[in-house]
Amino acid sequence: MAGIAILLILVGISIYTITTIPYERATYLWQAGKGIWLDNPRNALPSWMNLFLPKKLPETIILDTAEKQRGVTKIVVPFGKTMSKVIMELTFNYEYDDFPSEINLFYSSKFTSTPPQLTVYWVKPNGEKFKLKDLTLSEKGAYYISNDEELAKTLINHIREKLGEEPEYGITTEIALFAKEDKSILKKETVSPLKGKYRMAIEGMLFEKDSDVNVKLVVYGKVYGMAGTDHLRRDLMIALLWGTPIALSFGMTAALSIAVLQMIIAATSAWFGGRVDFILQRLTEINMTLPFLPILIMIAVFYKLNIWTMLLVIVALSIFGSGVKTYRAVFLQVKEFPYIDAARSYGASSLRIIFLYIIPKILPTIIPSLVLSVPDFVFLEAALAILGLGDPVAPTWGKIIDDAFSAGALYKGYFYWVLEPSFLLILTALGFALLGLSLDKIFNPRLKEV
Amino acid sequence: MLRYAALRGICLFAVVVVAVYITILIANMGGYVDQIIKSEVRFRIGVLVNQNPAYKNLPPSKKAELIEGLYQQEIKRLGLDAPFIFRSHQYLVRALTLDLGRSLYLTSDTGSRLVRNIILERLPATVLLFTSINLILFFISITLGLYASRKYGSKLDKLIVALSPLSSIPGWFYGIFLILIFAATLHILPYGGLVDVPPPKDPFHYALSVLKHMILPVLSWLVAYTFIQTYIRRTFFLMFSQEDYVEMAEAKGLPPRIIERRYILKPTLPPIITDLSLTLISSWMGAVITERVFNWPGLGTLLYMAAIMLDSPVIIGSVVIYAYLLAITVFVLDIVYAIVDPRVRLGVT
Repeated sequence: MAGIAILLILVGISIYTITTIPYERATYLWQAGKGIWLDNPRNALPSWMNLFLPKKLPETIILDTAEKQRGVTKIVVPFGKTMSKVIMELTFNYEYDDFPSEINLFYSSKFTSTPPQLTVYWVKPNGEKFKLKDLTLSEKGAYYISNDEELAKTLINHIREKLGEEPEYGITTEIALFAKEDKSILKKETVSPLKGKYRMAIEGMLFEKDSDVNVKLVVYGKVYGMAGTDHLRRDLMIALLWGTPIALSFGMTAALSIAVLQMIIAATSAWFGGRVDFILQRLTEINMTLPFLPILIMIAVFYKLNIWTMLLVIVALSIFGSGVKTYRAVFLQVKEFPYIDAARSYGASSLRIIFLYIIPKILPTIIPSLVLSVPDFVFLEAALAILGLGDPVAPTWGKIIDDAFSAGALYKGYFYWVLEPSFLLILTALGFALLGLSLDKIFNPRLKEV
Repeated sequence: MLRYAALRGICLFAVVVVAVYITILIANMGGYVDQIIKSEVRFRIGVLVNQNPAYKNLPPSKKAELIEGLYQQEIKRLGLDAPFIFRSHQYLVRALTLDLGRSLYLTSDTGSRLVRNIILERLPATVLLFTSINLILFFISITLGLYASRKYGSKLDKLIVALSPLSSIPGWFYGIFLILIFAATLHILPYGGLVDVPPPKDPFHYALSVLKHMILPVLSWLVAYTFIQTYIRRTFFLMFSQEDYVEMAEAKGLPPRIIERRYILKPTLPPIITDLSLTLISSWMGAVITERVFNWPGLGTLLYMAAIMLDSPVIIGSVVIYAYLLAITVFVLDIVYAIVDPRVRLGVT
């Protein structure tokens, strides 16, 4: 029952995913082109982690002057004939116990020949005001505050002068802009953010009549959404969601088609006997000693397979698998049953006997093992992805694990990155295993005694 | 016995031939084998011309022309301009004799570019890890299975049955969690690799360091497969311990050890060995990913690296080696089978 419940949940997720996020959109998002994820933090934990952590981690704060938002004001005062002065203020409350991961200021401006100029100030809750930078804008661009080394130097100098002591670690811009400026800032263990209302004040000049400017401040947090983000700022949720229908359909299609084809081969082999049997059995033996995975890897590397052609190759390499032997042994017994003789005596064709009399006879008994074999293929797909041979565009669970491995997630402590897809993989395996075992008890009751 | 071994050997060699031929066919649909052979011929001729003092003073363009001419001649001489069906036989012989050509990017630790050297260097690590894993698994499952079957219905027996679904998740996957627990959180075992960096100088500490690195990969497979294998063995033992001759032996009052060894273990060995050979075959496959997860510098990691760098000669070479490894595994087990089951070697069925 638990198995069915788990599988129903997974099927539910699949249906939800397919209906809400079209596949093209998902692959487009997962390609992460054109900076679509630029407003997301890198390697952020899932938001719900805040419920369990003693320190409250920051969410991402986005303030955009192009949109009507609380805490955003923009005033343009005409000045002389063509020029005008622009004053923008971006205010936000910061009530978290950790520092942001990154701070960027994106801007866009409209002008024909003379670009607007801005001066950016930072005001802490205690009223202290720093000048960050003078900017001469281009049409579209960004001021990466976290990467401004000049600024970092100035801020550290400020701290040194104020406290008369040398900080014991490399203070980053984010820390300097958000920390309490007392003795605690000198040590990595004690530094903590100053809570309260922060303000970014921007003053600037527009030199042309139709000139305009808009800015967007992004204070990147350390948590994001339901699933967090990866090193490319992508929302992991997309791959987790889309991985579900892909894993389920891949696993079930592979398991089902392989079982059916193996049964057909086994039945043909058992029914015709003689030379046909000999050839099919030798083929099976050869296939069983073929290095399946290396050949699969070779094919995947040389021919750049997508996930469905990969499925085809897997099926093609598996149809002469060990299942043929097992099924054949059973079919040899079935062949001797009186009802088969009866069928033969009224002139049923071989085709009819194989498909309508022999195979259906054992169909129920193989359903449990079929269900039990689904996780094998789900994990095979994940394994191929981890070997770097997954589908080039489809977001799957295996690819998340692969990304996490390649980015050294286990060394760097980004455990959520590996654990989320792993959890779903385990859930899938568990669902099919439990269902398979309970089906086994129903269809093969004799096994219960042993 | 010898006759049997020879016969099986020939059969399995035929299988290897077929496997390698299929590999070549698949690889050469994209022209990858041709590419390997031709690059090797070009390399050889290039070395020949550059080392010949007679050509020392030629301008580079003349030299290149000369190499090109010699290269075309050599290709003709080797029959490499013949249709693929004829060439494929040539390739087959070369692959079977492990003349695997030169790699495109990867080199062995000694700096060799020969695919054979690269592979042979990686092979011991793989063989070490996976024979240890399989031997440990085999003996644990036999002893535990025998014990559980004798104490049928006991707590241990029920535990084994209950834990057998663990194997629906493959070993490498448990590996991720073991790394997470023992390396990333507890910091008591290494994340992966073969030895510490830098490797210890004296052999004893070197061996110790290798052992330390082996713990997690071995453990990951034990978690995944111990229970299911014990469960399978136990079922075998249960079936055989219901035979009349076992009851007879019990009635005679033979000590349980002798009953277990002579009357239960011995007749069950043949099916167990058949099962073992299937397990071993799939274990060679699982090895590729396990090595990637634990960064174990064996054949699997090599194959992974080659796949990422598109080093086709190394990929084809690895597949050939895997084909040999599988055939050797099956061959050894067939011989063991014949030893434990006299009916086989006498040809009685």
